[in-house]
Amino acid sequence: MPRPGFVLDVDRSTPPMLFWHGERFSLERLPADRSRVIYPAESFPGLEDPQSAIRDALENPLDMEPLRALLHADMKLTICFDDASLSLPKMRRPDSRQRIIEAVLDLAAEAGVDDVHIIAALGLHRRMHDYELRHVLGDRIFDAFAPNGTLYQHDAEDPENLAVLGETDHGEVLEINRRVADSDLVVYANVNQVAMDGGWKSLVTGVASYRCLSYHHNPESLQNTRSLMDRHHSALHHSIWRLGKVLRDSGPKVFQIESTINTDAFPSPFDFLSKREWEWTARDRMTYLATAKTLDRMPRRAARKIFHGIEAPYSMTGVYAGFTESVHERTLEDVYRQHIVEVEGQTDILTLGVPFISPYNPESIMNPILVMCMGLGYMFNMYRNKPLVREGGVIIMTHPTYRDFHPVHHPSYIDFFDEVLADTTDPAVMSDKWEKRYAEDEWYRHLYRTGNAYHGVHPFYAWYWGAHGQQWAGKVIIVGGDPTAVRRMGFTPASTMDDAFELASDVVGRSPSITHLHVPSVLVAEVT
Amino acid sequence: MRALQVQHNVRRFGAARLLSATNPKASARIAPIHLRNVDDPPEPAGAGWSKVTTRLAGICGSDLALIDGHASTYFEDFVSFPLIPGHEIVGELESGQRVVIEPVLGHAARGAEPPWDSAAPADGDDYAHLVRGHLKPGIQTGFCCSTGGGWAPWFWAHESQLHPVPDDISDETAVLVEPLAGSVHAALIATQHTNHHLTDTDSPIIAVLGAGTMGLGAIAAVRGALPNARIIAGARYPHQMRFAKGLGADVVAPGDELSRAVRRMSGAHRIGASLSSGAHATINAVGDSASIALSINITRPRGAAVVLGMPGDTKLDLTPLWHREVALLGAYTYGTEHIDGADVRTFDLALALAARIDAERLLSATYRLDEHVEALAHAASAGRRGAVKIAFDLREDH
Repeated sequence: MPRPGFVLDVDRSTPPMLFWHGERFSLERLPADRSRVIYPAESFPGLEDPQSAIRDALENPLDMEPLRALLHADMKLTICFDDASLSLPKMRRPDSRQRIIEAVLDLAAEAGVDDVHIIAALGLHRRMHDYELRHVLGDRIFDAFAPNGTLYQHDAEDPENLAVLGETDHGEVLEINRRVADSDLVVYANVNQVAMDGGWKSLVTGVASYRCLSYHHNPESLQNTRSLMDRHHSALHHSIWRLGKVLRDSGPKVFQIESTINTDAFPSPFDFLSKREWEWTARDRMTYLATAKTLDRMPRRAARKIFHGIEAPYSMTGVYAGFTESVHERTLEDVYRQHIVEVEGQTDILTLGVPFISPYNPESIMNPILVMCMGLGYMFNMYRNKPLVREGGVIIMTHPTYRDFHPVHHPSYIDFFDEVLADTTDPAVMSDKWEKRYAEDEWYRHLYRTGNAYHGVHPFYAWYWGAHGQQWAGKVIIVGGDPTAVRRMGFTPASTMDDAFELASDVVGRSPSITHLHVPSVLVAEVT
Repeated sequence: MRALQVQHNVRRFGAARLLSATNPKASARIAPIHLRNVDDPPEPAGAGWSKVTTRLAGICGSDLALIDGHASTYFEDFVSFPLIPGHEIVGELESGQRVVIEPVLGHAARGAEPPWDSAAPADGDDYAHLVRGHLKPGIQTGFCCSTGGGWAPWFWAHESQLHPVPDDISDETAVLVEPLAGSVHAALIATQHTNHHLTDTDSPIIAVLGAGTMGLGAIAAVRGALPNARIIAGARYPHQMRFAKGLGADVVAPGDELSRAVRRMSGAHRIGASLSSGAHATINAVGDSASIALSINITRPRGAAVVLGMPGDTKLDLTPLWHREVALLGAYTYGTEHIDGADVRTFDLALALAARIDAERLLSATYRLDEHVEALAHAASAGRRGAVKIAFDLREDH
């Protein structure tokens, strides 16, 4: 049995803690007797036979007829799947989505369904490269569907291929991919890595238009999302669920397939990452030292290549199919079972080691905006009930925060950093003043539609993602970050962790309580 | 008199050039410029010459280029050594009248027939007079051994060069008039070219590269000439950015962000290093190869790139110029401007501009002639040291 997550109180015998620092690591000693470390549960075992689990889910769905019964020869079937933002790092082949979609296609073939389209539900994310599509779907699917144009990627800026299905009682218009809207059956193949994913969010964001996304991807929703990992207290999810109701009532029949994975994020050379520091063996220590020293001396580009080349040995831990809401509730139970760690009380200072990757830079560069998004968006939001850090407390992140951008993937991020952040870091102000111009910029639109660029508005969304954390924290400090970039984002640069604690004392006094969220591995703190 | 004199010494020019990139002070020391007793220049032949007592004399980029050996060999036949530099001058006539000098030694000063009756010194389409007549070769006061220059207690100026300074304009403002005249001229070239492509409702985009004296002057001049223009300025240092904003730039960006800023404002696409469209006109107040290439790439097809900063030996891929049909225009100096059917002297416009923008604030420091090493080093690294214009102050010497 994997050991559950737990909270370690730091004392004088506690070894230094591992912190991510982008493409590097550091070991930081936390002050004894007032620090604690939250460790995730050990990784759950995977399903012994995921293939038969998938078949079983398709034959015994929740609150729907079996998939086999929904398929018939003259139907229009559309299969949508999560894009390259999941999983992180990318999972070793075969990807869960490949397993699921192959099983669906087998049934479709048995039923004689000819009109099948497969759509990457990328929302406003960048288009996947062909090699990424092959990785996620496998060569068999790619080679069968891509050449004849029936495997493609959603285009949120193609007015000819968007359709309005209705409107919520809050005036939110559901506008989605026309092929999806016109289908007799839509099957969604999901990978649920964290509780934020899945449910109606899969289709309502993945194949929606900018207009439709802007109802919930905005500062007001994100500032009232408490948290992203708790959909019942998330304004973002409330809006999405309202739109989901429109989809359910006025849209095509949806057969949702959600799968969960364990937390085996790194292959064996990086075993030490998921171990508890005091349990490191001499071999782990040597590996750490060798790895850390090598990475320190390596050009950042080379280190980035190594990390993005990692294929995670994730295993599927569950799979459910059927009616979206029923499926998602079961999925969340599994996700929380793996991720929840009970934590008593909030802290004055929350420390976060920010890794090399976020959902918005697979195979790409973790630019400063994504550092903010990852730290204040994702990592800060890893809670239920109340944030780990008290309101007005300090968040300390470790990341080099280099002013480096991927020119192909993140063109509008560069301008956002140069122009918008030079003007304001306030999500509401930038939303009013700048968002429309970026969203409607023809060049960004062109690069999103034809290249591999995130949509022009995406840096705004990444920034809004951290809006709740930004609003909640009294001060945000980045250790080891490029001072100019850190200040441009409205944060405080610090050279070392001790320097950061010193800077934090202006806000939280000389003896603050400190909580470190141990990463890697994912956890959600249930804070009482 | 004791004056700063430059002699033609190729070895010292070469050494100064080598040192200029790393050590401006050492470069100024080794350059062939010295404060020494020089013979008073005799009054040039012909009528209309006056002795002008120097009050303030600015240090221009072209002065620095001459002294540290960066000037193009093109000018070798247009100057005469030994020379006393200094062409940004506010001085005083024997009558006590303060004047600024329009330094070009034109037809009238050289006893040649002007191209038309009221022509300014720099007007006309034949430069033969610059090396003929009763003066030694020299494009301007400060580059001609016959007249002397402003980095001396006094020099000779022709009546065609004199512009009285109103009493309400300080010396510190007046010394900026000459560089501002250059900026005004460039701004008018840019705006006139721009106007050919605009409808009445268009709001043209003018990009200005460089935010030294000339670039800042160009920003102010464009703002005056085209109030509805959208001006994007490229500036490197914080004080330059502040000045650029204050003088009318809508957007100020560091040089490496300028292309993206122009793209955003024009709504263009980026295609490689170029923009699909871009600024209607670009004023380049830098003058080096990279900045000229950038100017062409951010100017919209069939727009104009105006080179205001003195370029040197430049290496440039002209394919974008050819493909975009961008007009690459020089803006060397000033003369007579044709505005709305009327002829106006650029210097009159510059005097008005200097007063309007309170140009005195651009004068960052003054030095005595015997502090010329420090002065030249300061001017050579003005941007980095938070300065704009450096000048010699000779008022206490009289």
